[in-house]
Amino acid sequence: MSIIENHKTVGSPLSEGAKLRARDVCVFYGEKQAIYNVSLDIRQNEVIALIGPSGCGKSTFLRCLNRMNDTIDICNVTGEILLDGDNIYDPRVDVVPLRATVGMVFQKPNPFPKSIYDNIAYGPRIHGLASSRVDLDEIVEKSLQRAGLWNEVKDRLHAPGTGLSGGQQQRLCIARTIAVDPEVILMDEPCSALDPIATAKIEELIDELRENYTIAIVTHSMQQAARVSQRTAYFHLGQLIEVNATDKVFTTPEHQLTEAYITGRFG
Amino acid sequence: MNYSTLLIALLIALGAAYFLGRNRARSLAGQGESMHSLPTHYGALTALWTTLPPLLILIMWVMLEPRIVDALLTMQLPEAIRTASEAEVRLALSKVHNIASDPTMMGQSDLGSVAAHLVDLEQRAAILKGGVILSVILLGVAVTWRRIQPDLRARGEVERIVRIMLFASSAIAVLTTLGILVSVLFEAVLFFQKVSPIEFLFGTTWSPQVALRADQSGSSGSFGAVPLFAGTLLISAIAMFIAVPVGLMAAIYLSEYATSRVRQLAKPALEVLAGIPTVVYGFFAALTVAPFIRGIGESVGLDVSSESALAAGLVMGIMIIPFVSSLSDDVINAVPQSLRDGSYGLGATRSETVRQVVIPAALPGIVGAVMLAVSRAIGETMIVAMAAGLAANLTANPLDSVTTVTVQIVTLLVGDQEFDSPKTLAAFALGLVLFIVTLALNFVAIKIVQKYREQYD
Repeated sequence: MSIIENHKTVGSPLSEGAKLRARDVCVFYGEKQAIYNVSLDIRQNEVIALIGPSGCGKSTFLRCLNRMNDTIDICNVTGEILLDGDNIYDPRVDVVPLRATVGMVFQKPNPFPKSIYDNIAYGPRIHGLASSRVDLDEIVEKSLQRAGLWNEVKDRLHAPGTGLSGGQQQRLCIARTIAVDPEVILMDEPCSALDPIATAKIEELIDELRENYTIAIVTHSMQQAARVSQRTAYFHLGQLIEVNATDKVFTTPEHQLTEAYITGRFG
Repeated sequence: MNYSTLLIALLIALGAAYFLGRNRARSLAGQGESMHSLPTHYGALTALWTTLPPLLILIMWVMLEPRIVDALLTMQLPEAIRTASEAEVRLALSKVHNIASDPTMMGQSDLGSVAAHLVDLEQRAAILKGGVILSVILLGVAVTWRRIQPDLRARGEVERIVRIMLFASSAIAVLTTLGILVSVLFEAVLFFQKVSPIEFLFGTTWSPQVALRADQSGSSGSFGAVPLFAGTLLISAIAMFIAVPVGLMAAIYLSEYATSRVRQLAKPALEVLAGIPTVVYGFFAALTVAPFIRGIGESVGLDVSSESALAAGLVMGIMIIPFVSSLSDDVINAVPQSLRDGSYGLGATRSETVRQVVIPAALPGIVGAVMLAVSRAIGETMIVAMAAGLAANLTANPLDSVTTVTVQIVTLLVGDQEFDSPKTLAAFALGLVLFIVTLALNFVAIKIVQKYREQYD
């Protein structure tokens, strides 16, 4: 596995009228380059899966899409990422509204040590989305319903969020992200810490969320990528090797590295 | 044979026994025997059995010899002294010891014969001691040497002995604490026989001077410790008022905002504050801060005592800052990064994240840190002794001079003392109160910190 010089992504990474466009994105951690010239479009209301072996840069790329890498001192991003045509790395862009628009769900469920209600209300409160208590109650209820958690927790909204099961916690984190009314949701291996039943529920939820949101999901499970996504992007050592419709990637991959990975020869 | 010779002999025995045991095991192995353990284990086992028993005997000897000698001497004392009070006997014995250490006095006292007996006893004891120790050493070598056989499980035995030695070491630390507690408790009980606990705990006048002789003019002493508790509380409160916000904010800056370069420089720099001897803080408080506060106070027309609670509290607060900041820094760093990511991912700013996620998550740990700092403040002596004064005023005015429990303990025990007067014993009662309060605070703090740890590890 060596770095392929000047690889040009095969398949169809670009598309007309995309929600998010990445152009020649490179990411450096200090001296070390983690991502090499990645260009990728993410369409409105699609689920795109980012797959690849560990350390291939898929999570790093995902974190570029809402500038989460800003919290790492030595991380440096070049290139452009356009959200509805505006570069999110423009110095004038404020990350606060950006991260509300492009929300994120993490690998390990990370509910705040607060009540279920306050976990959901946290985002709307800091962004001033609710003008009254009634408004806030409504946002909380709607978000929990969309995340498929309402029926399980409606009687204990003021119990601590950390007391829920792992799968419920992850749905709570999704509800928390939905509560600030995002347009794009980034998911970084959202099921890797969950059991198969909880995973199935989250996957079902992702499919439902596609109606209203644009979703990019990083996953190590190829079955999961096949089940939830419409397009799949294969990363290898910091380069975007291939982007194609999910069916095509898993049946007739264009690039030999993609084929090697999905047939389990490495990774 | 004196003790240092014996200790050197023990050290030599240690080395020699190790090599003897090891070589015996090696030679057995060389004869084709299959030994249970490695030769070094047999060496260690021989060394332990050779040195530990004589060492224990030596320690017992040091503790018991004076008692036995004194008991034997008492029987030699003249009938008149022996039947008199216990104090007389003790006095006579100490005279005998003095005479024995100075041969020129031997003939000059009626106790000379007893002293000569003591010298004789000590010589015999030294020979006996040397003989006993050497024979135990030899016995240890011989027995263990014989025991070294292929099926001797030396490894397990060495491990067991090591475990017992380690247990004994930790027991010493615990027993010392208990011993201190018991002795303080014992003296405090003596004090409470003279002064009622009610008066001590609730009385508002502190004036511990008592007449030492019957003909001495002076008060009979008054032991209401409330002004001391109030003074301690006032100064600690002022100190915490400075240390908690400053220390906490410094910790937040260091763990959440500072770049790693700044942190590498700032954290040790802050911890240097903790390395300054408290006596240096003390004269800083007494010579710089107190006059400064007085100057400011006078310029706005306030009456400020030259030794004020405010000065002592301010300086003590500065002293405690690194304590609070370094402990809080640790607990803030222990908050999982995933919680911060979750908050940033929702578009929260750094300060919103700190205020609403990080601090609430770290709160139990921070409370623990603050309580440890409080117990530190309560126990601090030098700064208050130098900067807050000795006057036991019952006041809430920080510009007045006050005194604290620790300062009074120092003043009660400095100089010539009589160890059965309530004035001296009062120090132990104060010490007991201090001990109980700080112990309770530490206990609660540790419980809180533990509870917090369980949540995230």
